[in-house]
Amino acid sequence: MYNLTGLELKNPTILAAGVLGTTGASLCRVAREGGAGAVVTKSIGPAPKTGHSNPSMIKLDCGFLNAMGLPNPSYPGFLQELEFAKNNSAVPVIASIFGGAPSEFAEVAEGLLPAKPDALELNVSCPHAEGYGAAVGSNPCLVEAVTAAVKDVVNVPVWVKLTPNVADITCIGNAAESGGADAVVAINTVKGMAIDIESGYPVLGNRSGGLSGKAVKPVAVKCVYDLYTALEIPVIGVGGVSSWEDAVELMMAGAAAVQVGSAVYDRVDIFSEIGAGIEAFLERKGYSDIQKIIGLSHEMV
Amino acid sequence: MLPLNVTITQITEESPLVRTFFFDHRFEDMDPGQFVMVWVRGVDEVPMGLSRNNSITVQKVGEATSKLFELKEGDSFGLRGPFGKGFTLPSRGEKVLLIAGGVGAAPLSPYAEAASAAGAEVHTILGARSAGDLLFEWRFEALGDIYASTDDGSKGVKGFVTDVLKGLDVAAYDRIAVCGPEIMMASVFRLLEERKVLEKAEFSLHRYFKCGIGVCGACCIDLSGLRVCKDGPVFSGIQLLGSELGKYSRDASGRRIKI
Ligand SMILES: Cc1cc2nc3c(=O)[nH]c(=O)nc-3n(C[C@H](O)[C@H](O)[C@H](O)COP(=O)(O)OP(=O)(O)OC[C@H]3O[C@@H](n4cnc5c(N)ncnc54)[C@H](O)[C@@H]3O)c2cc1C
Ligand SMILES: Cc1cc2nc3c(=O)[nH]c(=O)nc-3n(C[C@H](O)[C@H](O)[C@H](O)COP(=O)(O)O)c2cc1C
Ligand code: FES
Repeated sequence: MYNLTGLELKNPTILAAGVLGTTGASLCRVAREGGAGAVVTKSIGPAPKTGHSNPSMIKLDCGFLNAMGLPNPSYPGFLQELEFAKNNSAVPVIASIFGGAPSEFAEVAEGLLPAKPDALELNVSCPHAEGYGAAVGSNPCLVEAVTAAVKDVVNVPVWVKLTPNVADITCIGNAAESGGADAVVAINTVKGMAIDIESGYPVLGNRSGGLSGKAVKPVAVKCVYDLYTALEIPVIGVGGVSSWEDAVELMMAGAAAVQVGSAVYDRVDIFSEIGAGIEAFLERKGYSDIQKIIGLSHEMV
Repeated sequence: MLPLNVTITQITEESPLVRTFFFDHRFEDMDPGQFVMVWVRGVDEVPMGLSRNNSITVQKVGEATSKLFELKEGDSFGLRGPFGKGFTLPSRGEKVLLIAGGVGAAPLSPYAEAASAAGAEVHTILGARSAGDLLFEWRFEALGDIYASTDDGSKGVKGFVTDVLKGLDVAAYDRIAVCGPEIMMASVFRLLEERKVLEKAEFSLHRYFKCGIGVCGACCIDLSGLRVCKDGPVFSGIQLLGSELGKYSRDASGRRIKI
């Protein structure tokens, strides 16, 4: 067992927000069949949203582009899904939430409490939803206020998920920490776009979106590395992890745990595979436990 | 993959609300039952079963399909796929029963042809509102016995495909493949469950798709959490035992919608 902001995880892999997280049953499948140590839900907001029109996700050679547009049934509509996941997944369930202002974040957080999420993850980082996500998350004052507003109304751990689409991610990380965050999660997707040259149309329904998968891993490594230096609270790494080697790399940069999103495209049981790979690596290298590799690369130069 | 740009080579009017669009690309390795994401540029991208390796057959229901109906031969659209898991092909000598309702005949017709080419005996129950809506009747007829049902009785049995199904000896078939409106599939499901032949049956489901490639989770079904776009759209009867089939689905926001 492995402790992350007070949650007990059987391994340090977590399902990332917005991926296979729309229904309680799907979250349970990722936990049980997939072997994830914890799961994060789709980001839930104050009112029902259908999201952007399709195409909302495409696979590229180097990764994935998506602009889902935060589709969600609103917090009242999501309660039964969260309850189901809590009762049947046997792992910690973290509710991802979003809003346009501190009061909205607090409203959604409180609204989901009856289903007893194990922690909350604040999405202040989605790059393609006007007025939400990164619109909040590129402003340090707002990030601090949003974090504090949620901390005020809940007594479960609060994680804040950061966008890499800013000049200095550590400045936003510091704001989250000042607001009382228990951990930060880095990174959300990197702004991107694809154009169909036969017709000239941007491919995504929203025209532009966020890049995830293999292509963003070096961006994630750098963000985690910098945040590890700048913050006292744990950094949870996410971005382009699709193997145990990727997970170990993010951990050496400073990640206390890793989230996996796009890689479920290849196989849902990627979590147990990564968990087992990390174990075998620790054993082969003679590390007594996982703490020995977290932030290891900072001691090297 | 980025959407493939395809040009419409021919449009066939199957009925007033159903058209087949042939395009200048063949998905040579498609499995019958697989689907493509059809990108109607500037409007939406929607899933459609392949009705041949170079055609889709579309019922006009809303914005994207109406826009498709405005397209002419020589116009183009985008295609991604083929995606998902199709119907299991029978072996030589097997007896296969197809149960198709409405535009559900679209993915079942290439399956009928592939099954027949593999040496199976193919029988079809084809249902629609009226005689003029019986989709691809001629394609099924060319392969084996066909039983029609129409709501208005203008051809075949007056009633639903289940009214025909009740009169057949389902035990005589090795495989049963079903595609059509969910209410129809749910009643077929119950009948096959009662007759204890669910393990031979496969159903092609319809759920709201966003990504279409198994990542976003919009199309997951209860209680298994299986993804219709990647683990399906074709599921075995056993996989659907105790599922949401016929009870509810979810809309684009993830809200449950009663069926
Ligand atoms: C695996 C699969 C195969 C299909 N094969 C065919 C086919 O061969 N021929 C055919 O005519 N239809 C098929 N459909 C249904 C077809 O996708 C919808 O009718 C079409 O998306 C309607 O789009 P619209 O914009 O015209 O309608 P809208 O006005 O947008 O919606 C009308 C209804 O269509 C459905 N729909 C809309 N968008 C989507 C979406 N992204 N994913 C799933 N459903 C949607 C919803 O049920 C909605 O209520 C298939 C659906 C699935 C899931
Ligand atoms: C389809 C899709 C939907 C996503 N939805 C959300 C979301 O609702 N909230 C959120 O905070 N991040 C969302 N993300 C971002 C992921 O959680 C993750 O940060 C990003 O994809 C990078 O990780 P990856 O490379 O492992 O996918 C989404 C990503 C994808 C691919
Ligand atoms: S539509 Fe995204 S997982 Fe099926």
